[in-house]
Amino acid sequence: MTIRTFPRHLSRLAAVAALSLMCVAGAAVLPDDRADLFYSNYRGGGMDITGASVLVRKKFSEQFSVEGNFFIDKVSGASIDVLSQASVIKDQRNQKSLSVDYIHDKTQYNLSYTDSTERDYVSNTTHFSLSQDMFGDLTTVSLGFTLSRDKVGENNGTASSPDVSWLGHATSRSFEAGVSQIITKDLIAGVTLEVITDQGLLSNPYRSIRYVDTTVPLGYSLGTQIYPATHTSTAVETRVKYYLPYRAAASLSYRYFGDTWGVHANTIELGYIHPLGNKWIFEGRLRHYSQNSATFYSDLFPFVDSQNFVARDQNLAASNNNSIAGKATWAFAPEGFLIFKRATASLDISRIQFKYRDFRNIKDYNSTTAGGGYQPGTEPLYAFDAMVYQVYISVFF
Amino acid sequence: MTMRASLTFAVIGAGLLLGACSIQPWVKPYERDRLADPIMSWDRDAISGAYLDHIYESREGSRGATGTAGGGCGCN
Repeated sequence: MTIRTFPRHLSRLAAVAALSLMCVAGAAVLPDDRADLFYSNYRGGGMDITGASVLVRKKFSEQFSVEGNFFIDKVSGASIDVLSQASVIKDQRNQKSLSVDYIHDKTQYNLSYTDSTERDYVSNTTHFSLSQDMFGDLTTVSLGFTLSRDKVGENNGTASSPDVSWLGHATSRSFEAGVSQIITKDLIAGVTLEVITDQGLLSNPYRSIRYVDTTVPLGYSLGTQIYPATHTSTAVETRVKYYLPYRAAASLSYRYFGDTWGVHANTIELGYIHPLGNKWIFEGRLRHYSQNSATFYSDLFPFVDSQNFVARDQNLAASNNNSIAGKATWAFAPEGFLIFKRATASLDISRIQFKYRDFRNIKDYNSTTAGGGYQPGTEPLYAFDAMVYQVYISVFF
Repeated sequence: MTMRASLTFAVIGAGLLLGACSIQPWVKPYERDRLADPIMSWDRDAISGAYLDHIYESREGSRGATGTAGGGCGCN
């Protein structure tokens, strides 16, 4: 894109956005029927999570399709702030979802329901969205609403002999709006805005605060996290994808996040995708993420009950995270077989580096001689690398 | 603003808005072969995209605007 043409495209985008509710044109099309068999493994920070999933999507007419998905996550180990106070955890999450797509005229409607169950956590999510193609299919506008109701518990027993006590509920409502826009015959762009508001029990029962306590040898004690009962966040993501002069594509996305707990985060992701013939597609991704800490977060509070809300959850700590990922997709039946139009196998490997700026490693370092003789609040900052493997087979029919 | 000026403004505004309905697509359907290539899809594999989003949302403070919906706490 040259500098000269850029403002013209911006004006065009602004005009399209302003007039998007006034007129429509074009026709939506349902995606291809497909089935996926998926396996994943996550290792990092003391956790080992193995996942398996099956997805089937089937059109019953040109207007109506149904998608079913079943996902199992098996967790062993536990993250550092859980290990700092508890034994190794084994758990399993089963997630079932059913999604229905319906097209009427130029509008596509989606209704989905997801049920996620762990021994100590149950979540039910209902999602509704609609999208509209307009301006000769150059623009797609979408609106969505999601309602989640969660039941939060804590396992006070062991992995083999659980003793779950249910602590409370949390409700989450999400409002989403997006525009996807064809800019030129080589360039597409999109903007998504999502506002999520939660209320209820929002803290993680397995994570604790720590505060200075000179009466114990370590110099600190652990206490209960206390979170506000409400939370509202706003996220905006913009993205562009460009078809290069040869058959390959480059993408760039940026997301800003801000919430009522004082967390601000920026995510930037670069992608490159390159096919080789009709059998191989290679993809590379780079992601950088940074966030500051929540206003009520501290790695070490000066004393117990030092403020109304207290947290030491690593998710709310300041961090800089970087990811590098590669993916290869092999079309082992590019021309199809039997009833299938195409079949592919994919391998996706990501390496994620999590680096915390104000969350210290109290599992491996402490004030004892064996722990390095660190005084509370001077332990090395925590960091870890995670590897994520995904292998899946997809058939299109 | 007088009644007449308001009316003029409303008529011009409505005319502009309705005129926009006749916007011709500047990328014609026959020029979209590159955009229709699967490599230009935002999210080629839904399970994989949702899985990675879940990993990040379970370990970072931010969430949303990624186009996926799901459940689970990622507590441990």
